[in-house]
Amino acid sequence: MTVDAAADANALAERDDAVAPRSFARIAGRVAIYALLIIWTFIALFPIYWTLSTSVKLGRDVTQGHLIPWVDFMPSWRGWQSLGLSPDTIFNTSNVREEFLRKFINSVICSVGASAFAIVIGSLAAYGLSRFDYKFGPWRNKDISFFFVSQLILPPVVLALPFLVLYKGLALLDTRIGLILIYTLMVLPIVIWVMRDQFDTIPMEMEQAALVDGCTIWGAFLRIVLPIAVPGMVAAFILSLVLCWNEYFFASLLTGFDAQTLPVMVASQTGSSGINWWTIAALATAAITPLLLIGIFLERYIVMGLTAGAGK
Amino acid sequence: MSSGRLEAAREDVAPGRLSLGRWVFRLASALLLVVAALELANAAGLLSLGFVDWRPTLYAFLVWGVALGIAQILEYGELGRQRLFVLPALLFTGAMVIFPTLFGLSIAFTDWNLNAQGGHHFNGLDNLRTLWSDSYFWNALANMVFYVATVIVQYAIAFGLALLLNADIRGRKFFRIAFLLPFMLSPVAIGWMIGKSLMENRFGPLANFARWLGWSNPAFFSDPWIARTTIIAMDAWVWIPFMVILLLAGLQALPHEVKEAAKVDGATGWQSFREITFPLMLPVSVTAIVLRIIFELKLADIVINVTSGGPGGATDTISSFVFREYRDRSNVGYATMVAEVYLIIIIIFITLILNVANRYVRKVT
Repeated sequence: MTVDAAADANALAERDDAVAPRSFARIAGRVAIYALLIIWTFIALFPIYWTLSTSVKLGRDVTQGHLIPWVDFMPSWRGWQSLGLSPDTIFNTSNVREEFLRKFINSVICSVGASAFAIVIGSLAAYGLSRFDYKFGPWRNKDISFFFVSQLILPPVVLALPFLVLYKGLALLDTRIGLILIYTLMVLPIVIWVMRDQFDTIPMEMEQAALVDGCTIWGAFLRIVLPIAVPGMVAAFILSLVLCWNEYFFASLLTGFDAQTLPVMVASQTGSSGINWWTIAALATAAITPLLLIGIFLERYIVMGLTAGAGK
Repeated sequence: MSSGRLEAAREDVAPGRLSLGRWVFRLASALLLVVAALELANAAGLLSLGFVDWRPTLYAFLVWGVALGIAQILEYGELGRQRLFVLPALLFTGAMVIFPTLFGLSIAFTDWNLNAQGGHHFNGLDNLRTLWSDSYFWNALANMVFYVATVIVQYAIAFGLALLLNADIRGRKFFRIAFLLPFMLSPVAIGWMIGKSLMENRFGPLANFARWLGWSNPAFFSDPWIARTTIIAMDAWVWIPFMVILLLAGLQALPHEVKEAAKVDGATGWQSFREITFPLMLPVSVTAIVLRIIFELKLADIVINVTSGGPGGATDTISSFVFREYRDRSNVGYATMVAEVYLIIIIIFITLILNVANRYVRKVT
């Protein structure tokens, strides 16, 4: 019945295209769809374009509202020079660049470290919850899952001040390891959510066969299930990376100088009054570029990570 | 789902192995307790053992965690090996949540201020009383109500965009990536990119545009309602892609035949949306809205960096209020109490929403 209906509909649509002249309403509809799409694309991309282009502007280009390079204004490297990242200064020594690079590396270490740690313990937990029946006292699988995922609603403010006290006691304030631990806690619910969805879609027959052949459960997990689950792990990893890279609240409270990350640097620059527009724009550009590239080239994985389990 | 679990053979554990496992666990527990007790004594000034921080206790806890894992395998065999999968995450989350919760509760009932010389003392319910009569707290809470209420508008926009992306269009991949990009940016960078530069009221392009529309003196952050709306617009700009992705996935998973059948029946676009698409999308919609509300309740970075809660607290969220209470006034005790109260409010609110959403979804579909 359904197949017939679909076939009928297709036939109908084809006849529509072939015989009926394209009605005015239909063309208007198409135009409206594309117009709306282009308007929203503009809304989504213009602030990004503005930031990228401002990083190669001079003061007067900003104040006169020039928008298009080479037509309205001549691009200049002034902003990038002050960061020590322009072509002519890249080989000179530059204190600003060193500071920038230190924060950049902190950001990389913290976000990659936290994401990797969360993927390891999160995948293990998700696999366990997907395959075995647990009983810890009154706690069953459902309760354990709920315990993990409920951490998602915990707002950072609730944790921030206690962690300040805790980290002071543990000498973890202003260390990258401290930041990694709290970021792991932040992304772990999401990783477990994504990975459980991933493991639930992998049929159990192969593991069962391996178990019959005398494989241990850990052997079956590492050798058979894990390779199949790689796309899900990549998706969860990238999603975590995005969240950790952009995190500001904990970073500004729990770090001072050594472990400061990029968002804290951007915030302190934009907060100061004697604003050098081109410098901040260059800094903002440098801070968002890695993620823009991830968004453009790994969009598939981000979508996969976000939609895992959302349909249930 | 629980019917299809993996069943591993029960393993008979030799008595020697069993007691070995028990002893490993007991020894590690004893080590942890002894180290913690020594450190406590040191911190209280009873003994001077030269501990400068609590790292030794942390290491003892790590050793204890490893010993617990080993003991599970020794004592329970196969079952223990299964438990080993969830154990790391459980221990990690437990430790990272339980200690701060205990600390948080103990701090929340003190008058701790980092600027005060006298240290901190238990002050009973004083912080709660202060909070009850603190107009800034109630103001921030009222702002949160407004921010959360706008989620429904964000949802409507996101649904519209998802429908557009789901239409029969060329270059879908390009539009999808373009729509996604705002979600990738850090709120701090956005605070500058939009709040401080695009909206700069002398020469920002957005201010110019507003002037062109006829607003003679575009100031986005001086009137309370305009400031609030601007803040939420920036936040929505970041998070709408998130909802679009969820809703688009839902639309693409809809059974194709249903829509085709409606077309054959001669339903107009609006009718088929209202009668078919929207009801079928309800579960996905509810998920998207609930997740979005959870993230909206954490809103802080943009407010802190663009307005610091101003003008006069008009854009304050609870998070930014707590942040300033700590940063500007070093009021650790009171700030923690506000955060704990906020957590309780959130838990009640989310539980209510989930209940209502569940019932609503069941009634309609």
